[in-house]
Amino acid sequence: MSDLLELYPPEIRDHARKPRNRRRLECVDATARGDNPLCGDRVEVFLRLEDGRIAEASFLGRGCDVSQASASMLTGAVGGLGSKAALDLSEKVREMARIGTVPDGERFEVLRSLAGAAKFPSRVKCATLAWVTLEAALRGGQEASSE
Amino acid sequence: MDLALAPLDVQRIRQDFPILSQTVRGRPLVFLDSGASAQKPRQVMDAMRACMETAYANVHRGAYHLSEVATENHEASREAARRFLNAARVEEIILTGGSTSAINLVAHSFGRGMLKPGQRVLVSEMEHHANLVPWQMLRDDGRGIGLGFIRITDAGELDLDSLHAELRKGDVGLVAVTHMSNVLGTVTPAGAIARMAHEHGARVLFDGSQAAVHRRVDVQALDADFYAFTGHKLYGPTGIGVLYAKHELLEAMPPFLGGGDMIETVTLERSTWAAPPARFEAGTPPIIEAAGMKAAIEYVEAIGMEAMEAHERSLVDHAMRVLPEVEGLTLVGSAQDRGGVFSFSLDAAHPHDLSTFVDRRGICIRAGRHCAEPLHERLGLESGSARASFGLYTTHGEIDALAEALREARRFFA
Ligand SMILES: Cc1ncc(COP(=O)(O)O)c(C=O)c1O
Repeated sequence: MSDLLELYPPEIRDHARKPRNRRRLECVDATARGDNPLCGDRVEVFLRLEDGRIAEASFLGRGCDVSQASASMLTGAVGGLGSKAALDLSEKVREMARIGTVPDGERFEVLRSLAGAAKFPSRVKCATLAWVTLEAALRGGQEASSE
Repeated sequence: MDLALAPLDVQRIRQDFPILSQTVRGRPLVFLDSGASAQKPRQVMDAMRACMETAYANVHRGAYHLSEVATENHEASREAARRFLNAARVEEIILTGGSTSAINLVAHSFGRGMLKPGQRVLVSEMEHHANLVPWQMLRDDGRGIGLGFIRITDAGELDLDSLHAELRKGDVGLVAVTHMSNVLGTVTPAGAIARMAHEHGARVLFDGSQAAVHRRVDVQALDADFYAFTGHKLYGPTGIGVLYAKHELLEAMPPFLGGGDMIETVTLERSTWAAPPARFEAGTPPIIEAAGMKAAIEYVEAIGMEAMEAHERSLVDHAMRVLPEVEGLTLVGSAQDRGGVFSFSLDAAHPHDLSTFVDRRGICIRAGRHCAEPLHERLGLESGSARASFGLYTTHGEIDALAEALREARRFFA
């Protein structure tokens, strides 16, 4: 049970149960859809930009608690970031989910709860789906896959 | 004593499977993913080791004693597969890398070599990708061969009216359907399907990857034109499978892969093809795997397909009682004739989360779309499903353990 709580800490369960910003934005400047073809998990990320910074982020999706909680946390974590900073953050989150080490920085207060995925190799891609989708949106792509 | 009539002694059988004595975090391993790949009995491992330790050389090639022994053993594996499927002739057994390569062989050699432009292949909505994608590739390679679909009912059974309607269009060259669904557990009425196909001049292929493990298969009684199965689901090794095909078809079919062992004569300009089965077995075959598959076939034959079926029926009955009692659980499919494969969803948890949760209790189940995406779309299960599948070593207690873990999961994720 104790190690299950590493994958499902209270923050993850809270975001999975009460997802934040789970809607389509009215004005979308960048968006992408991410799929995990093996399990059917899907996340769409919508971004509104102002002066090159992310003014608003939202998501829609379906899937396991980890993939949906991760998307929900993402929408809160990327606010105010420029494209480059958001890509940097995203890479750090993906690295954290893979190796389990939490980087410094205030944005990781909440995001740190995604680090537990590292102990569940088959679940890392659940934690990273929203982030590869964010990266695709920022790079102007439309589709991403966590495979 | 006739072994086939003895009841299955599951505890004794479990001792043949070394992996089943493992514990996971202090709990016994409960392996409920045999539908994806089954565990292996010691007899299979011993046979593969003996092949390497005492009788290993390339087959069909050397004129020395060891190669002759290896060749004889290899051909004995073919004979075991013939017996297992009750094929009329041993030349009708092609040893392949598995079901996937068996079906691709048919799509290539029969599909490209014998189907005519304007003809269609029919598959059902509940196929494993292995019996869908090769036919899509055939359709798309510009030969004018089409692809049609047999609908399934909401219960997850093949809709025979839909099959009939498609056949009546008169352009069907091949019906390629599963003999047992790897998601729904549905066993399809193969004999009736073959009869209907033949009445309309179509050939029929059965994907027996699941069925051959659960039912006695008699390709002559079914009047199957093609039948495919894969060794690793039958308690044998990976990397080997079988394609049965009627001799008249094999004789008329061009080769699939080109290379050594499949030719009669070769000049720099051209080659002539060897007779079947060699024509379809280019290159050094899976020699060690064939020894393992032979041992696996002998293993299940010694237990008896009838005894295995009876055991499976009791597992299915038990699961049908115990699983629906778990609050919030919905079984996928409700076919009358079904084998030991159960897909389900739970209201409170996504299949992935479920699988991770029960894994912490040592229970292995599959989560996802089980290589059957179109079926999950058809059933409105975009998130996939969780699946428990049984083997001859599965016990009632393991099904109870799953049910209990699902109840706990429901509390955890609620
Ligand atoms: C119904 C069905 N068909 C085909 C296959 C493919 O078998 P293999 O991967 O051994 O080629 C499987 C197993 O994955 C299956 O369950």
